[in-house]
Amino acid sequence: MDAIILQILNGLDKGSAYALIALGLTLIFGTLGVVNFAHGALFMIGAFCAVTLSKILTLSFETVDETRTDFLGNPLKVKTPYVEAWFGPETGGMLIDWAVPLAILFSIPIMIGIGFIMERGLIKHFYKRPHADQILVTFGLAIVLQEVIKYFYGANPIPTPAPDALTGSFDFGVLLGFDPNAVIYPYWRLVYFVFAAIVIGAVFAFLQFTTFGMVVRAGMADRETVGLLGINIDRRFTIMFGIAAAVAGLAGVMYAPINSPNYHMGMDFLVLSFVVVVVGGMGSLPGAVLAGFLLGVLESFASMNEIKSIIPGIDQIIIYLVAIIILLTRPRGLMGRKGVMED
Amino acid sequence: MSKSNLTRRGLLKTSVVAGAGVALPTIFTASSAAAFTNEPTGGSVTLGFNVPQTGPYADEGADELRAYELAVEHLNGGGDGGMMNTFSSNALQGNGILGKKVEFVTGDTQTKSDAARASAKSMIEKDGAIMITGGSSSGVAVAVQGLCQEAGVIFMAGLTHSNDTTGKDKKANGFRHFFNAYMSGAALAPVLEKLYGSDRKAYHLTADYTWGWTQEESIVASTEALGWETVNTVKTPLAATDFSSYIAPVLNSGADVLVLNHYGGNMVNSLTNAVQFGLREKQVNGKNFEIVVPLYSRLMAKGAGENVKGIHGSTNWHWSLQDDASKAFVKSFGEKYGFPPSQAAHTVYCQTLLYADACERAGTFNPCGVAEALEGFEFDGLGNGKTLYRADDHQCFKDVLVVRGKENPTSEFDLLEVVEVTPAAQVTYEPDHPMFAGGNLGSCNAGA
Repeated sequence: MDAIILQILNGLDKGSAYALIALGLTLIFGTLGVVNFAHGALFMIGAFCAVTLSKILTLSFETVDETRTDFLGNPLKVKTPYVEAWFGPETGGMLIDWAVPLAILFSIPIMIGIGFIMERGLIKHFYKRPHADQILVTFGLAIVLQEVIKYFYGANPIPTPAPDALTGSFDFGVLLGFDPNAVIYPYWRLVYFVFAAIVIGAVFAFLQFTTFGMVVRAGMADRETVGLLGINIDRRFTIMFGIAAAVAGLAGVMYAPINSPNYHMGMDFLVLSFVVVVVGGMGSLPGAVLAGFLLGVLESFASMNEIKSIIPGIDQIIIYLVAIIILLTRPRGLMGRKGVMED
Repeated sequence: MSKSNLTRRGLLKTSVVAGAGVALPTIFTASSAAAFTNEPTGGSVTLGFNVPQTGPYADEGADELRAYELAVEHLNGGGDGGMMNTFSSNALQGNGILGKKVEFVTGDTQTKSDAARASAKSMIEKDGAIMITGGSSSGVAVAVQGLCQEAGVIFMAGLTHSNDTTGKDKKANGFRHFFNAYMSGAALAPVLEKLYGSDRKAYHLTADYTWGWTQEESIVASTEALGWETVNTVKTPLAATDFSSYIAPVLNSGADVLVLNHYGGNMVNSLTNAVQFGLREKQVNGKNFEIVVPLYSRLMAKGAGENVKGIHGSTNWHWSLQDDASKAFVKSFGEKYGFPPSQAAHTVYCQTLLYADACERAGTFNPCGVAEALEGFEFDGLGNGKTLYRADDHQCFKDVLVVRGKENPTSEFDLLEVVEVTPAAQVTYEPDHPMFAGGNLGSCNAGA
């Protein structure tokens, strides 16, 4: 039982990342009709926003300590971060420690900006082109972005820890009446789940309860009519692209402490997120979120040794297996609109 | 008016015969001039450095390339000479190799076997490389070693730790300076017994490819010999990034030791996940839960940050060693680049010097002559103490370092500390050991 609860927690956590990326993908597909293969790269850039802020906060000046030596036997150069010198070691140290949560604020304008530039500079030229062209150009863009990040940050993962207060793990089992240590779950992963729920809730609230959101939803349903009513729907869709980029970026920022960011982390998530979108239903926002969590939990269950001993390798294919079954039996996806992907 | 006998058919016949006649001398001279592939004829000799310049091991590749450039500089008489001054063989004079200036070309393996073979092939065929060296993965090493055997050039392997490289996939033209998975197991086991006792239950997570399999086999064998029980061995896909669903089952498996047979990004992520799940604070079977990373690298330790503290593993070499050779190498590398070299840099620097030295001793670049000079060669002064290049399988036998993630690092490079130097005798095995069985060295191929 405790193993099952652990895998559910794990699945919800993985599902949070899938859901956040798939939500952004669906927003872009639903509004602009573009299949954005560069979305994984936006997730990766988000994680590197956290890396960058933590690097900025640890920018240091050097002082020579004559009493100690470096690896070559020369006097040791001691680095002191500027923030520690300006604000004192305590406040400065705390700023450095909380770099990842602070990066949320830092990343939002950057990600929206990148989203605007991507959409206005490149993707808008491909609206009327076939999906295959859109996939090629966005995939190419993803590779370019990856290589740019690798050029500046190197190929190795860069550790970006969570604040000290949120490292360590939480004994979930004791709450549920299990033995101590039976169901342990890292604090930061719980934070990630809650954060994802808040972001998803915020996006839905924005679309549901604001005039802007209402116009966007109307545009998603019937772009032409909304345009005929004199509303500049393109401008609103561009803003939605920026928001989708910010959602992917935030998913990346918060993911940085879970696995040290590296330049190809986006690609690892991208393919799975596309499957999530297809399973949820192309263009369906609730579908993307539901399918994200569902596939995350399924993948976790399939990784259990008991299940793998019955069907070896099932953890590798479960998501694709579900996608095939859904496509065969219900091509529009779990919550897709009737008629989408159905002839 | 005389009638010409020239017909179309006749003209063709004549030209074929004439063409063959003209070509004949060059056919013979071509084969007789080159006794072996890419025999150097001018005043220089070209070495091919095949390292990952892109892909997940690019940082290790970059460090290898730095070491190669340093080695070439030293061979050509530049710099302070580094380990050429401490090397027990005095054949190298700083005037290139056999009086020829050393030049080099580089290729990008991308840590993919097919890309690595393609770049090695191009360096041999287009650039005339006489020797290929480098790499940061056993999959790549095995693939490129096979290619070099067919092409008739020497392959001096870089960072490759699978038993298979000098086991079932060994080749007469291939040589490995780096240690292997069996040696890691043999070196680690006594230290693990001393630290954690002989009544332990181990759970293995293993990267699903040649290196992971042989390392798991080696560590399972050496720890079971101590009396440890292996609770489970789980293969993880090489492309995995989040290991949480593989770590979660460990919590309730009854295991009290987790062995991570992972390298590179896999190791960084699986170790980070394991620490996040509180495994290090956990108590199982009345004992502290322990994590072991059998193959350690400083570059990887950097990626895992704080999480490596107190975790044991093995390594081929470490810059903090205090023998004259290591100090000389760290000094020349550190002064040139501003930071200490990695174990990957060390092994490829040694390989370049060993190749050059073998050419000098053999008096030829002929791969068969070079191979003969390397086989059974005993040397010292390259940072690992007395070392033997065993003739039976072309594997180097030398001391192995057991290291631990340092609790209080004094600098960003000071991540590992040497716990024990395991003597070569303790990690030496018979050439026909079952873990290395099945291959055939074959005979050397000089190509041409």
